[in-house]
Amino acid sequence: MKQTRIVITGIGLTAPNGNSLAEFRKNLLNGVSGITTVDVRFMGRHPAGMCTFDPLKYQKKKDVRIGTRVGGISIYCAREALADAGVNLETRDRSRVGIYLGITEHGNVETENEVYNISQFKYDTKFWTHHHNPRTVANNPAGEVSLNLGITGPAYTIGAACAAGNMGLIHAAQMLRLGEIDFALGGGVSESPQTFGIFAGFKSQNALAAHEDPTKASRPFDKARNGIVISEGGCIYTLERLEDAQARGAKIYGEIAGYHVNSDATDYVLPNPERQAECVRKAIVHAGMTIEDIDLVNTHATSTPQGDIQECQAIAEVFKGRSTPPHINNTKSFIGHAMGAAGALELAGNLPSFDDGVVHPTINVDELDPQCDIPGLVINHPKTGAKIDVILNNSFGMLGINSTLIIKRFAA
Amino acid sequence: MTKDDCKKLVIDIISDIAPDEDLSAIKPEIRLRDQLQLDSMDFLDIVMELRKRHGIEVPEADYAHLASLESCAEYLTPKFAAKA
Repeated sequence: MKQTRIVITGIGLTAPNGNSLAEFRKNLLNGVSGITTVDVRFMGRHPAGMCTFDPLKYQKKKDVRIGTRVGGISIYCAREALADAGVNLETRDRSRVGIYLGITEHGNVETENEVYNISQFKYDTKFWTHHHNPRTVANNPAGEVSLNLGITGPAYTIGAACAAGNMGLIHAAQMLRLGEIDFALGGGVSESPQTFGIFAGFKSQNALAAHEDPTKASRPFDKARNGIVISEGGCIYTLERLEDAQARGAKIYGEIAGYHVNSDATDYVLPNPERQAECVRKAIVHAGMTIEDIDLVNTHATSTPQGDIQECQAIAEVFKGRSTPPHINNTKSFIGHAMGAAGALELAGNLPSFDDGVVHPTINVDELDPQCDIPGLVINHPKTGAKIDVILNNSFGMLGINSTLIIKRFAA
Repeated sequence: MTKDDCKKLVIDIISDIAPDEDLSAIKPEIRLRDQLQLDSMDFLDIVMELRKRHGIEVPEADYAHLASLESCAEYLTPKFAAKA
């Protein structure tokens, strides 16, 4: 079945090492990590990826006070994406605009803050804020964007653990194809470093990164990797049907070529390389491509000892038999794990490869783990002179959810 | 605690709740909602901050007393005095 063509026409992002695509990309090519250390409630200092965008660029102080951190991240990214796309929503039918934001989790930050708050008042719940519920409903990030921009179309989040960033784009493409909307803001967002629970949870799972130099804490594929660096961030794309984008003379970053989402159905936390490989394969089939067509694979690898090996096994299995392997890299080595934003941010960091022919490296690989030593890895230094026409972006999450998104260079 | 002291404490709270507003020219007799961008959630914030910062309870039936700066001072000054 011939599908309606969907293209990316704008990108707005904030990452620990950049508040625009240009800044983000520059730092990815120059090996600049965005990881620092933060004070985590009850836990002391830990490596984390924090963003430095100005929340007051698009919000009033009162809206920042009432809203959530991730709401502010979402508004910043959405507004930046619209500006990048050259779209003024005030001249459009805003009931035909959809907002679809992937999240790993939501509400933990505000609930933890309120429990801490009432602990200062002998746990008397009359000190619990009336803002708690609007801040913690699962649609909060998308809802804050809708309020900020006056968008009256469908606005909600997609909870898909760390596969969620891809899911925001996939769902946006689906809704455009269904004709439910005419314009989409899709991507992923994260405020995870604001909650101690996620640090404590990974620590108890022996999966929290530790390193004396925070910029070296996130080190996928390195033999000494020891866990995840938790990061905040956001990346929101404007997506349109090709004919709509062309009609307004839009700049086109790339085209949604194909995707697949599946589930392991095997474990709460442990990944399943067989299902991951299946996800990648089915995405390639969905794109009408073969393994020979994939030029760049951006891995999900989170710098955990087991997870990185399993993803490498899955990728090696899918691409075995190719005479020349695809380029394989990892963006978390720069920005840590931006959770719900991860897939969307990591894709954005690689899209400029269509134009500059450079593959950003995976940094911090001092000694490559032999079990991660698969053909095509781009390590520590950018690979220049690469002809990149197709990017395959993996994002996997807890409870065994896998998402693969394939973007191709736009050709009319 | 004078009524003017009380008004200053209320303005301190409002400055945090409505940080974008210019509070330098508030007219004490005019309803706060008629001169500032305050909604019902903001008034609940005022009630909460009175509770947290000063240990003062404002029952729901008395919310109308918070309508203007003057009525706040009229209503709250005895409560502050009782706390002193």
